[in-house]
Amino acid sequence: MNLALSDEQVFLREAARGALSRFKTLEAAREALENEGALPDLWPTACEAGWPGLLIDEQHGGAGLDAFDAMLVLSECGRVIAGIALLGHLPATAILNDSPGGSPVLADLASGERRAAYLPVSPPNDLGEGWTADPAHGARRAPAPTATAAGDGVSVSVSGELAFVPDAPGADVLVGVAILDGRPVGVCIDASADGVTVERVTRYDATRSLGHVSLKDAPATLLDAPEEALAGAWYLAQSLLAAESLGSVEVALDVSVEYAKERHTFGRAIGSYQAVKHGLTEVLRQLENGRSLLYYAGWARDGAPGEFPLAASAARSVAGRALDEASRTMISVHGGIGATWEHDAPLFFRRAQLSRRLLGGTGLATDRVAGELFLQADAA
Amino acid sequence: MDLDDTPDQAAYRAQVRTWLEQNKSAAPILQGPGALEDEAEILAARRAWQGKLAEGGLAGVTWPTEFGGQGLGPIEQVICNQEIARAGVPGILDAIGVGMLGPTIIAHGADEQKSRYLGPMLHGDEVWCQLFSEPAAGSDLAAVQARARLQDDGSWRLSGQKVWTTNAQFASYGLLLARTDADVPKHKGLTMFIVPMDAAGVTVRGLRQISGEAEFNEVFFDDVSLEPGSVVGGVGNGWGTALTTLMFERVTIGLGGEGMGYSSTRFAAAIAADPEARRDPEVRHRLGEITSELLGVRFTGYRTLTALSKGQIPGPEAGLAKVTIVSNAIKAGDLIADIEGPDALEPSSAWSYMISFLPGLKSAGGTEEILRNTIGERVLGLPPEPRLDKGIPFSELRSKEGAAA
Repeated sequence: MNLALSDEQVFLREAARGALSRFKTLEAAREALENEGALPDLWPTACEAGWPGLLIDEQHGGAGLDAFDAMLVLSECGRVIAGIALLGHLPATAILNDSPGGSPVLADLASGERRAAYLPVSPPNDLGEGWTADPAHGARRAPAPTATAAGDGVSVSVSGELAFVPDAPGADVLVGVAILDGRPVGVCIDASADGVTVERVTRYDATRSLGHVSLKDAPATLLDAPEEALAGAWYLAQSLLAAESLGSVEVALDVSVEYAKERHTFGRAIGSYQAVKHGLTEVLRQLENGRSLLYYAGWARDGAPGEFPLAASAARSVAGRALDEASRTMISVHGGIGATWEHDAPLFFRRAQLSRRLLGGTGLATDRVAGELFLQADAA
Repeated sequence: MDLDDTPDQAAYRAQVRTWLEQNKSAAPILQGPGALEDEAEILAARRAWQGKLAEGGLAGVTWPTEFGGQGLGPIEQVICNQEIARAGVPGILDAIGVGMLGPTIIAHGADEQKSRYLGPMLHGDEVWCQLFSEPAAGSDLAAVQARARLQDDGSWRLSGQKVWTTNAQFASYGLLLARTDADVPKHKGLTMFIVPMDAAGVTVRGLRQISGEAEFNEVFFDDVSLEPGSVVGGVGNGWGTALTTLMFERVTIGLGGEGMGYSSTRFAAAIAADPEARRDPEVRHRLGEITSELLGVRFTGYRTLTALSKGQIPGPEAGLAKVTIVSNAIKAGDLIADIEGPDALEPSSAWSYMISFLPGLKSAGGTEEILRNTIGERVLGLPPEPRLDKGIPFSELRSKEGAAA
């Protein structure tokens, strides 16, 4: 048994931290709330580091690494609230990489010359719900049906509405799941094709690039990715978002702890008071628990694929709650100033609140954990 | 990163599994059809089974071979525990002795103590109990008041009271923390003793818990005579010796994890059997939150094992896993009782005992508040609360505490 980072993984993490430290991402995140142009373009940095090709096999020009390595990079992005289009790009490349017929765009996607976005679709659960997408609005955000495909042969046309798609604006290629004759199929769509509309939407956290994607008989290439790969992309996206969130928790906790050591009231540091100390320890508890689940998800994707839905959903559920708790604690430990633009805490809070509502929301992930465990119990 | 056995570990697992297959018919049946009911019979059968496990090398896996152990590492201990659980047979009776007190004697005891006590402990012939906590010394363990006084002939006289003592009702010996010098600061005047539980002046009284069962005891010592040579680890060194025991307790808890039965799989299975409950969005949400956290604990355990196998000692953060287990098991009991209604609280229910046991477990092995203090200070590096007891002789402390109140 060995559940620890390898030397290569430590190096990957340190290199990512170094590369991202060259940018003032937090200042940019604040300024971007009023001026979207303030965000630095981090994609060239990602390309230089080889991140776009992390999950693409070496024969197609990628690094051929696994999900846990990608999670380490996302975690570093989360630490500095960096807006890099990896959350959309990486699950898309995973589907293409798992399509035996391959794809002519893989090499360009591996180098980062072109960028992909994953159209998130949640696989059926234990209650037999079909493949569903996030709706843009609606009571309790009941899941909407996903896109449908029509036609035969390798070229099909796809129609459907997908809301809040991460990193869709500016993507060259859209990769997702559509229903063809009642069966889920992988589809690859050129974003510049007729019938494709991507409406940029900004919500609460300006570093998060989102788009409403509308497909009206959009021409698409049919992929021969197996159904597990289509479902796997959803769970990969859940894992990546979990990793990114926990990266943010790490920094929110560190900053809060440092302040609790420095700030004195009634003659002693506020971190010596149990009320403050226990609140920070609770953040640490949730962080460590979530980190263990990242290991679970990272191991399960290849080591126990049948458990990947459970592992990734549990990681997402715990990480989402951890970031909410961490950002609220960060604000309260800093007192009133923590709730103002003078401080970075609101940026972590904004990140937390929006992240928890994307990709099915933390709630859908939590529900999936119960459902997967029911299925395990049925099989036992 | 992997969760698989190395070839050596796989060979060890196969060896343990073979032994269990060959010997499991000798194991006492404690649950289900044919289960033993008489307390004395159960005790005798479990002692005998521990002896058998010890002969087979399945007890004291991490003990050095010179004391009858296998000289193996924590990973092998976990493999052994897993295989015992898989075989559906009970583990050793004296987990406290073999897991915590024996290793303390191995670390700090005199040679005569090791040769006299360790063998019978390992084989279950003499069960041990841990006599540390007192009514006024729990979280603040160094405040123990049980008093041992040296006599002219080298023997000691012991008076005082201990509490929360598991297995005291049938233990042969106890490892006891007593104050031997009240005129020095409280951590300095402590000494660890071996106490025969059948000595004149020792009284054991069961302590009934919420469920009605008495798993713990109060133990009273009324001028009990302890022979010369009863001291473990030197006079005045009791605090350091106690820390060793507590370190082994953390290891035991860290490796135990889901051994307490509070697992995501078990809770989910209980609800999966109810076709309406498993469709209910609120039930699913509550269960999903609970089980996510418990799944995390399972993998925190693997992280702890990885650290142990690299020779690192688990730090106080292992305590965070205990907080997670207990708080989520409480929520799981609550959820199941909401689903099943008052019947869940009946003694015949599979959940009644757990529901009754958990409120007390919040305080066991370090209260949740103390764990959070310790972790906040040692892991996060936050400053401690101001203390009133630093550097003050224990004898002056109580009057000072009284004045502060």
